[in-house]
Amino acid sequence: MDRHRARLTSALAWGLAGLVPALFLGVFFLWPVASLVLRGFAGEQGWSAEGFRAAFGAARTWRILGFTLAAAAGATALSVLLGVPGALVLYRRRFPGRDLVRSLVTVPFVLPTVVVGVAFASLFDRGGALGLLGLDDHWLAIVLAMVFFNYSVIVRTTGTLWRRLDPRLGEAAALLGATPLRAFLTVTLPALAPAIAAGASLVFLFCTTAFGIVMVLGGFRYSTIETEIWYQTTQLLNLPVAAALSVTQLAIVTASLLVTGWLQRRHHHVARLHTDDAGVIPLAMRRDALPLGMTALVVTTLILLPLWSLALRSLRVGDGWGLDHYARLGVADGRVLVTSVWGALGNSLTIALAATALALALGVIVSLVASRRPRSRTARSLLWTLEGAFLLPLGVSAVTLGFGYLITLNRPPLDLRSSLVLIPIAQALVALPLVVRSLLPGLRAIDPRQLEAAATLGAGPWHVLRTIELPQLVRGLGLAAGFAFATSLGEFGATSFLSRPDNPTLPVLVHRLFSLPGRDNYGTALAAATVLAVLTAAVMAVAERRRPEGVSAW
Amino acid sequence: MVRPTRKLIGVALAMLALGACSQPAAGPATTPSPSAPSSSQETAPATSSDELVVVTHGSFNLTDELKADFAEESGLDVTYVSPGSSGALVNQLVLTKDSPLGDVVFGIDNTFSGRAVDEEVITPYESPALPDASEQFDHEWLVPIDFSDVCINADLAWFEEQGLAVPTTLDDLTKPEYADLLVVSNPASSSPGLAFLIATVGAYGEDGYLDYWARLRDNGMDVVPDWSDAYYAEFTAAGEGGTRPLVLSYATSPAFTIDEETEESTTVALLGTCFRQVEYAGVIEGAENEAGAQAFIDFLLSDEVQSAIPELMYMYPVATDVDLPAEWVEFAPLSTAPIVVDEETIDAQRSTWIEQWTATVLG
Repeated sequence: MDRHRARLTSALAWGLAGLVPALFLGVFFLWPVASLVLRGFAGEQGWSAEGFRAAFGAARTWRILGFTLAAAAGATALSVLLGVPGALVLYRRRFPGRDLVRSLVTVPFVLPTVVVGVAFASLFDRGGALGLLGLDDHWLAIVLAMVFFNYSVIVRTTGTLWRRLDPRLGEAAALLGATPLRAFLTVTLPALAPAIAAGASLVFLFCTTAFGIVMVLGGFRYSTIETEIWYQTTQLLNLPVAAALSVTQLAIVTASLLVTGWLQRRHHHVARLHTDDAGVIPLAMRRDALPLGMTALVVTTLILLPLWSLALRSLRVGDGWGLDHYARLGVADGRVLVTSVWGALGNSLTIALAATALALALGVIVSLVASRRPRSRTARSLLWTLEGAFLLPLGVSAVTLGFGYLITLNRPPLDLRSSLVLIPIAQALVALPLVVRSLLPGLRAIDPRQLEAAATLGAGPWHVLRTIELPQLVRGLGLAAGFAFATSLGEFGATSFLSRPDNPTLPVLVHRLFSLPGRDNYGTALAAATVLAVLTAAVMAVAERRRPEGVSAW
Repeated sequence: MVRPTRKLIGVALAMLALGACSQPAAGPATTPSPSAPSSSQETAPATSSDELVVVTHGSFNLTDELKADFAEESGLDVTYVSPGSSGALVNQLVLTKDSPLGDVVFGIDNTFSGRAVDEEVITPYESPALPDASEQFDHEWLVPIDFSDVCINADLAWFEEQGLAVPTTLDDLTKPEYADLLVVSNPASSSPGLAFLIATVGAYGEDGYLDYWARLRDNGMDVVPDWSDAYYAEFTAAGEGGTRPLVLSYATSPAFTIDEETEESTTVALLGTCFRQVEYAGVIEGAENEAGAQAFIDFLLSDEVQSAIPELMYMYPVATDVDLPAEWVEFAPLSTAPIVVDEETIDAQRSTWIEQWTATVLG
């Protein structure tokens, strides 16, 4: 009887704790987004699905939908093809400088799209380093940029499992006469499949909602659902069509989230079997030639080249080279630039700190709540729903959120439209999914027997939380903080709707600089973008060092 | 000699607004202001408060000194917000009609002003500070603040090197000798792109513009999403490895490409290809501080701001008696015959034109 009551109290306590982030999500995400979407369905006489008819009656919409799915599928396939060898080299092998390369491949994932767009566009232009490929304005450029962004997602999800895969499995196959390739295909690959599939469905999600990349590289010749929502909303204010597209996008996103969730739950069962990284061996040039070659190619051409060409161009002064553009970063002449680049960086850092704190606080609660292991089926589905709900911000257009804020947070006590407080709040929403995904696997990896043993030995739930779960959580906190901070630093979409002209964040200022005439402004923009990239890389390098060992993160 | 008087009225107006909010009872937003009858034609008294929210687009730029001057002159606590780009601005005002984003808006241009009027998101205001010379831009609801010409620009050095004559007309751009030389920005995503699309409608009519674009397309024109992609990444004169010597930009752009040695501009705007873009300010319908909004608009028309506009916002001020930068006078002349399309037609047809353009050019 007592135990029953204790369980009930604990369920109630966790339920209340979960209410805090749920309320946050409800007020700052679901309500604004739902209000805007519903407005699209509110016809002259009651509800109307006119938007769907208008949207899907047009051939253009089908073309856009087709391109969105095809580009995302292509980019996902390519990411997997390149990412699995990368996972082998970067997680299953040991070599000097491995940590550096690992953080390097993560940089694109958190890089501001403003920067990526410029770096890639310049690469494929006829004058650019890869101009010869003739990919200027080609859909392949978009797909490659998507791979650039998401390569690390596959490397990370696959690598963290591979590292702990029992080497004896492969050895046994080899003893039985299997070639290394056959052993890989029949033993290793099936074991990795859940992790690869989970990573792939995440990449698919990120690709279907890509915006900046498609805008800069696609030039509206290639539109995706996301760019079409932007166009229908901001340029035409055609809310019915925008709403129909948002719902379609949400359906795609929800489907890929369900697949991700399902695959990840399978993943846990597999992951628990392995506990150390005994399978990690030194890199051997001969044996690892193929994966090493592929990884080296990806890292140098796909990841370093765009960043390198950006940095190089920021140093180009007239016909020579110099640091002139960097010297201008501190200049707020009060005319063209009311805020200097360093000033904007200060704004960005302050906002990023606030957003990180907020995202971590909420992320910790969500992770703790979502990692409960209730017996009842209903409670378990409730937890999955909670976890999934916090991933939704990844699948909703920043425009929908930005315009949603305008029509919801407009009356006291939530008259926040022109308040700077909304910036870290919106950024925290974007960072939350990454935080949860960095924290949750660690908690889930705790052996249930350890928890049961503790309970049997008389440890109360609070004690278990303090001595077992929180230490595990803290280990993932560095990585989570890194992701949150870097995401916030680079966030442009939602911020551009909320930022004030007199104190812009760095990505907003970079964007503004690019739109001004004058070589100096362009050079300053390139220098500022480079600073932003370097800073993001540094944040990720530090965060990677703090990543928990022995836990498979996303 | 009309202007100083008007300016005085403007200042007086601001003072009155100030007076209105220093009254002890003037607390909340809707206290009637004594300044209303002198300035606006409506019968309802203007609202006033001691706070003012200015809604602008991302390119809005005033120096801290100018902002401080206005705050001091008017005694208002001013907040500047910029919830997006210029095209989005009007749509945001429409979306928030029942709870306005602020009191005064700056940055609605004549490619979107028809929509602002049609949706009645603006309260008409005729500023006494508007100079006589700017009557060419006069608007029933909005107040013109600055303007510029959107024109095709050419890289002079490139054409000289190739021994090719610089094109001058829209028709020239479709000639075979200028094949693969032009880059424009997409009207669906860029404001100069939209302006140029409207220019072609003005020049060739609604029956002829699509045919013109088809000819441009067949002549190897390139389309990029926005101005900076076109100008910096594709234009030969930007020094970034671009390959196209003809680009859609502004009449003022040549003032920013002056060669240090020759002291001549390396580019030129083709003044026969221009659309005149006018930027307006307006009092937002339902503003909590109409008096303050009017004072702000008058301030934008003051000599102080008008003379700063070229350097701050890269536009020509509507006041003709302020000094322009020397490079502008020499290298950035305006078109003498800009292409004009009235705002009602633009508003009624804008999305149709863009749709048809997309179908024709991008397929």
